[in-house]
Amino acid sequence: MATSSVSKGCFVFKPDFKKRKISVPIEDYFNKGKNESEDSKLRFETYQLIWQQMKSETERLQEELNKNLFDSLIEFLQKSHSGFQKNSRDWGCQIKLREIPTAALVLGVNVTDHDLTFRSLTEVLQNNVTPYVVSLQAKDCPDMKHFLQKLASQLMDCNVDVQSKEKESVQVTQKKIHYSMDSLSTWYMSVTQKTDVKMPRKKRTPPSQWQSPPVVLILKDMESFTTKVLQDFIIISSQHLHEFPLILIFGIATSPVVVHRMLPHAVSSLLCIELFQSLSCKEHLTTVLDKLLLTTQFPFKLSEKVLQVLTNIFLYHDFSIQNFIKGLQLSLLEHFYSQPLSVLCCNLPEAKRRINFLSDNQCENIRRLPSFRRYVEKQASEKQVALLTNERFLKEETQSLLENLHVYHTNYFLVLRCLHQFTSSLPKYPLGRQIRELYCTCLEKNIRDSEEYASALQLLRMLAKDELMAMLQKCFKVFKSSSEKQLGNTAKRIEEFLAQFQSLDAEAKEEEEDTSESQSKGLQKTDLYHLQKSLLEMKELRRASKRQTKFEVLREQLVSFIDSLAREYLLLPETQPLHEVLYFSAAHTLRQHLNAAPRIALHTALNNPYYYLKVSTSHLSFHFISQ
Amino acid sequence: MMSKLESKEDKMLEVQFVGDDDVLNHILDREGGAKIKKERAQLLVNTKKIIKKPEYDLEEDDQEVLKDQNYVEVLGRHVQESLKNGSATDGGNKVYSFQNRKHPEKMAKLASELAKTPRKSVSSNLKSDPEITIDIPQCSKGHSASDKVQLKNNDKSEFLSTAPRGLRKRLIVPRFHSDSESEYSASNSEDDEGVAQECEENTNEVILSEQIQAQNRVVSAPVCKETPSKKMRRDKTSDLVEEYFEAHSSSKVLTSDRTLQKLKRAKLDQQTLHNLLSKVSPSFSAELKQLNQQYEQLFHKWMLQLHLGFNIVLYGLGSKRDLLERFRTTMLQDCIHVVINGFFPGISVKSILNSITEEVLNHMGTFRSVLDQLDWIINKFKEESSLELFLLIHNLDSQMLRGDKSQQIIGQLSSLRNIYLIASIDHLNAPLMWDHAKQSLYNWLWYETTTYSHYTEETSYENSLLVKQSGSLPLSSLTHVLRSLTPNARGIFRLLIKYQLDNQDNPYYIGLSFQDFYQQCREAFLVNSDLTLRAQLTEFRDHKLIRTKKGTDGVEYLLIPVDNGTLTDFLEKEEEEF
Repeated sequence: MATSSVSKGCFVFKPDFKKRKISVPIEDYFNKGKNESEDSKLRFETYQLIWQQMKSETERLQEELNKNLFDSLIEFLQKSHSGFQKNSRDWGCQIKLREIPTAALVLGVNVTDHDLTFRSLTEVLQNNVTPYVVSLQAKDCPDMKHFLQKLASQLMDCNVDVQSKEKESVQVTQKKIHYSMDSLSTWYMSVTQKTDVKMPRKKRTPPSQWQSPPVVLILKDMESFTTKVLQDFIIISSQHLHEFPLILIFGIATSPVVVHRMLPHAVSSLLCIELFQSLSCKEHLTTVLDKLLLTTQFPFKLSEKVLQVLTNIFLYHDFSIQNFIKGLQLSLLEHFYSQPLSVLCCNLPEAKRRINFLSDNQCENIRRLPSFRRYVEKQASEKQVALLTNERFLKEETQSLLENLHVYHTNYFLVLRCLHQFTSSLPKYPLGRQIRELYCTCLEKNIRDSEEYASALQLLRMLAKDELMAMLQKCFKVFKSSSEKQLGNTAKRIEEFLAQFQSLDAEAKEEEEDTSESQSKGLQKTDLYHLQKSLLEMKELRRASKRQTKFEVLREQLVSFIDSLAREYLLLPETQPLHEVLYFSAAHTLRQHLNAAPRIALHTALNNPYYYLKVSTSHLSFHFISQ
Repeated sequence: MMSKLESKEDKMLEVQFVGDDDVLNHILDREGGAKIKKERAQLLVNTKKIIKKPEYDLEEDDQEVLKDQNYVEVLGRHVQESLKNGSATDGGNKVYSFQNRKHPEKMAKLASELAKTPRKSVSSNLKSDPEITIDIPQCSKGHSASDKVQLKNNDKSEFLSTAPRGLRKRLIVPRFHSDSESEYSASNSEDDEGVAQECEENTNEVILSEQIQAQNRVVSAPVCKETPSKKMRRDKTSDLVEEYFEAHSSSKVLTSDRTLQKLKRAKLDQQTLHNLLSKVSPSFSAELKQLNQQYEQLFHKWMLQLHLGFNIVLYGLGSKRDLLERFRTTMLQDCIHVVINGFFPGISVKSILNSITEEVLNHMGTFRSVLDQLDWIINKFKEESSLELFLLIHNLDSQMLRGDKSQQIIGQLSSLRNIYLIASIDHLNAPLMWDHAKQSLYNWLWYETTTYSHYTEETSYENSLLVKQSGSLPLSSLTHVLRSLTPNARGIFRLLIKYQLDNQDNPYYIGLSFQDFYQQCREAFLVNSDLTLRAQLTEFRDHKLIRTKKGTDGVEYLLIPVDNGTLTDFLEKEEEEF
């Protein structure tokens, strides 16, 4: 069947039912792409496993991060509604009754992530506060009529969820009614009364403890609503507030000022606004990175370039965590798809087990790895021969290498965190404020060669004792929190340092006494000339005895200790044999697929066809001239 | 030429004469038309070269000439460099950023240099010979006709006369250029030059003329003023930035005048064009094939990624239809899939949704709105997780689908777990269709597939510029329709045709007003009331033979939307028959 016609633009192809397979398993696509692919099935399974773990981890993180915000929101809702509930004749309450409780939720510009937040928010609210949660988007409500219609239909749907779905036909007919706030409030009355009657019988008490649960209306993108619609709605609903307990939640992407900019004073005075700030997306990113990459939980790692591409897309394009996760997923997929040895990219015991079942081809693949070849070249000649010829020996060696790699990572991240504790609060942040910046620098080149590192150490040498103590404390916590015993020695050293600093305190006190003595000596009455003289003398004295105090010595020791840690553990991943197994480094492909530039592609195609056609340029130019 | 002879005797004198001569030449050129002018201009340059040679003993001049040459060389080199920069990009991201950044600095430097050098020479000249400035306005007055353009050109030639030799040389060359520029480069249409050479020259010219125009203006400013020295002092202190903008404000874009109308061959009809094109064997077929094979190796990967929740968008030069078609035939034989030709002029989101509901899901009901339909589809696909659907959209960025609403709906479809979308885009700015929200709906993976293949199918609904719109179809339909009408109606129509043909040279012709038409018809005894005329016109309108338009004065105007050639043919045929 042709797919071009002068009368039709859509062509549907339905295969026969007999012929249709029961959907081809996805793994087939995974291995068919390459002619000779090793362990492709296993690789795909590993991919799916790791991806599922990562995904659930990010979801968990998201929930955790939102928890604070949601808790305070729920508290606000309950508090504001209880005022309505009490229905007291208090004058303040009467005034308050006129105001619609409103939560302004400042979410930031990463609009793509908002959906997720609102979805979970709706869920949480429905579970904890009220069954009547409606969320509206600006594009659904160009005018008041549509606004009310959407609101009503969604409210009815909520209702259906709570009750049985007996009256669906009624629903349909209802849809055509022109809604007004009056009809909504009568509907609300009837529903709440009905549920009141039904509730005890059915034993299906809603989670809310109130008789009349509030109606929560979420406006997802407050900025894009038409001002008029919003104003009208607020004015009307404030009139009906006593019979239709409405609570608004504004999703704001820019800044809370926008509420006042959109609504005139007369309208905004009808709102009782409380501001809620969600976590900034940068911090969110840091946590995600921290939990997904800076950990040994997931064997998969990103190389410096890839990480740079992903963070750049995040920072310069969209601030969207979701897109970042998508990039991570893509790089994971690409890694498992393109690297046959990625089959070993799983947790250590499993990887060791898998090594034993490696095929000859895969062994060849290992031998071909550049990092492995470098490693072999460093070995003694007999061992070299053995590694290159004996499969068994190779496998054993690979096992130990992988284990080394694992240990390397454990130490690496611990030391990285430790170093981050020291550098994150330095003035001007020479190594970055976030741990991801530090990580990027460490991945990019040997950190000890970088200027920033030198200046950071220089700054560390100037810190006061309190700050150093605080940093050491944090460091100590980092080491303690990890269960690994690898760096137990280091933890002990840090503890020692702490103790030494504390003991300095006592000594310092003694010294202080000394100085106070001398000061008391100098506190005699004296004229200006003598004072100057004595001061000068003191200065001379100090210069002469340019001897370091104990504190300075200790500080110097600490700095050199940190430096030695960095030298020992913060090695480049490229120096590790078999790093290709775990690290995904094809930043170029990632960039092409995520952040493409069609304009440049067109430009290159027209300007420089050689790039695509791979013919010699002379031939090409000859061709073009001859035409 | 007079100037040539006299130039050997005295430098200043020669300058003046050439200046006057230039003015004369110039005025003559203007009247004589482009062709002569160009020759003259070239001649001028030639004579100057001849002049130069005997004057080698004058060292100052020599140096200045040398400087000029250097300067021109530098310019040329600069242009070549930038050209190289442009072509030598492979990754692509150099293409825009780097060149742009380098360029302005260089240009600013050049501009400042240029702005400084000529000013000095002029000032010295003014000091040495103040009379000239007084002289020149007079002579220009004498020569200048009332035409403004000429006046402008006169101004330019005035400066020629005031400037010393070296500057004059600089100015003559640009004048030649700026002349051609005002006509949109007559030199462009020269056919005897090699293509590549011409190209280079053009770019050279653009920059040259740009620079020199700036120079001209800087020179002109002090000369025109009554108190040039003051002005100059102020100028000297002026900022480099200002000079830069001054130099650039005058830059005109030089466009090619090689339009299709200039082709010697007249427009072809569809068939011959098709035949001619089919004769041309495609070049680099082997390489293109290789390229395509590269892309075909990605098919499995695409399937994998589609199944994992991504959607795929293809971009790059060349039609991607064949590639997608191959993908369809190799990978999608056992799956339900819908092919959507975005380039089809009648496509709409409604029709896409309809084909999904009616043909894929076998639903016979109707929907109140597109959004309802979308909701229904989404629910259906969420309920039945075993259902899988592939959407192949050729040209997602087509005129009909690029709207915000359409994109939103397609995006929502594609965000479903069991709908897989693979689409192609061709427009340069296609990615602008999608904001962040839509992009996250689509969840695109971009694939560059530059195929260099022809957009034959995609453009089949469009008219080619090379094809003569022969109008053979309207002619036959015209005769068919008219044959079925009464003689009176035919007469009415003929009247309208004749009127339209009489007015075919009038570019502002908007049609025949109804009242006039009625009058004419009455006079020809074709109708007896305007009601009957209206009845007849309805008939024509139904067959799309006439179009009515309300004029600015509210009067109805009648127009036959058929080109004049067809109408004359029609009239001839009619007369043959009767």
